[in-house]
Amino acid sequence: MLKMIVCMKQVPMVSDLPWDPVTGTLTRDAAEGMMNPACKHALEAALELKERHGGHITAITMGPPMAEEILREAIALGADRCLMVSDRKIAGADTLATSFTLARAIEIFCPDFDLILCGCHTSDSETAQVGPQLSEELNIPSIAVVEDLELHGNTLRVKRVSDNFLETLEMDLPGLVTVATGFHVPRYASMAGLHDAFREPGILTVGAHDLGVSESVVGLKGSATRIVDIFSPVAKKENIVLKGAPKKIVEELLDRFDDKIGSLIRKDLKAVG
Amino acid sequence: MAQKRRSIWVFGDYRNYFQNRVTLQLLSRATDLAKKIDAEVCATVFGHEVDEWVGEYIAHGASKVYVCDNPKLKYYSTDTYVALMERIVSQYGPEIILVGATSFGREFTPRLAKRLKTGLTADCVGLDINDEGLLVQTAPAFGGSLLTRIITPEKRPQMATVRPGVFQEIPHNYQAKGEIVNVPLPGDLPRDRVRLLSSERQPAREQKLGEAPVVVCGGRGMGSKARFKNLYELARVLGGEVGATRPVVYAKWADEDALVGQADRHISPKVLFSFGVSGAIQHTAGIKNAGFIIAVNKNPNAAMMKMADVAIVADASQVCTALIRELKKRIRT
Repeated sequence: MLKMIVCMKQVPMVSDLPWDPVTGTLTRDAAEGMMNPACKHALEAALELKERHGGHITAITMGPPMAEEILREAIALGADRCLMVSDRKIAGADTLATSFTLARAIEIFCPDFDLILCGCHTSDSETAQVGPQLSEELNIPSIAVVEDLELHGNTLRVKRVSDNFLETLEMDLPGLVTVATGFHVPRYASMAGLHDAFREPGILTVGAHDLGVSESVVGLKGSATRIVDIFSPVAKKENIVLKGAPKKIVEELLDRFDDKIGSLIRKDLKAVG
Repeated sequence: MAQKRRSIWVFGDYRNYFQNRVTLQLLSRATDLAKKIDAEVCATVFGHEVDEWVGEYIAHGASKVYVCDNPKLKYYSTDTYVALMERIVSQYGPEIILVGATSFGREFTPRLAKRLKTGLTADCVGLDINDEGLLVQTAPAFGGSLLTRIITPEKRPQMATVRPGVFQEIPHNYQAKGEIVNVPLPGDLPRDRVRLLSSERQPAREQKLGEAPVVVCGGRGMGSKARFKNLYELARVLGGEVGATRPVVYAKWADEDALVGQADRHISPKVLFSFGVSGAIQHTAGIKNAGFIIAVNKNPNAAMMKMADVAIVADASQVCTALIRELKKRIRT
């Protein structure tokens, strides 16, 4: 039986988030969360493998307590088991500390896995680093941003487009893949399924103590990078604002900027006309 | 013995040379940064029969090139390249390593950083040196609606990946001299755990969009796939090409070929029409060179509207339809 782990992250639904000016990290509990879109694709790839070959899926997340929601969603979608890694001590981790912490959790709570699937990147910090770094930490092979996955015995064969190359690659399991978005179409959880998933008893939650890690190697303290500041990019330009009914706007646009638009497009217009 | 000089390294990726000159762009930026911390600029070249690239990197600013030339390195393999780079980095101790954020770079660099137990910032859109001599890495977050400045205070090397097109390459100088350090392929590198069964070079994408004088770009604000299709009609009437943002391509309203953005395609039309585009930095970095910009968005505060010469506050799809109608009317008369 193929034993799979899907690592997932809860990301904020809104894009203008408050951040903690002292630590320079985001105050995640202030915003409404959702399952990171790319993680849905990773879960879908796992579910498709399970349908074809049989198997068992453990969904893992690391985050604040509210991130439990996405694990329940994973159950509703077909995951068999969940693990929540949550502790104030591990908060504020960069990808180095995150991959370290996840690796310890996997080693202790699901050591006999065959395949780990991660989303190819998150929608909030977008580093695409945790998957590859987790494979390093666990000392297993990995392939990033894969599309098609085929299992042949203990060998996983994948296709992907990497830079300008269409590649077919294979590795023996255990191994890790990060899954491309746009190839596997994530299924929806039924309302009944969600209802049941949220009524299930508590999800196994572990903290730094359970992982046997010291505070100095996890969370913000265990991170190599520091956020100096976060700011909003401003591209300032003196511009002309047009408002009103579309028809009127369009007439004004074409009349007023005839020198800019008309002169350039008139030739093409005649050819088309 | 003289103290070892600090160095900034650029990972040489030459596979898609003509489409993607990110290595040369990074050498250019490294040259600027090196002046601020009195460092030398070095490049690495791994592969087989790579002399051409060694010369190219010296001509573009590298004063030293670490070369590992071996038939076993012909194909870029993450396992082997990570192991090899880790050896060389541990031996020479660069202060900074810059890698292009290509597909390969985005897989190779996180693993290298992990082995070296150091920090890495992904997809930087800016690199600078602060008063303490630290590398300040500016990276987008939250779909580009925010930028983050990140440093690696203690661990070394400081590492960053940078998307192609962020920096400008400097003109080559084939008179430039550089030192070549030949690195033998260590005999005891671990075996590749991932086997490459086939690798086909994909045909380069059409360049039409990149060179089009008029581009009609659409974002999620167009509302639906059916409404997005109207942009093709508008482009036809205007004699232009259609571009799209990443969310639109993800939603399959447009082909990937239409993608305009920092990592994808940079466009430089004389006139750019932008419909329902919010203006995430990944997208706007790809349209920096557009001439006259007309943006349509219901939200007057969208970043795209601030970038525009004419900002039309209205429903993007309705304006698109009205514009097609009005243009056709003017063609007829």
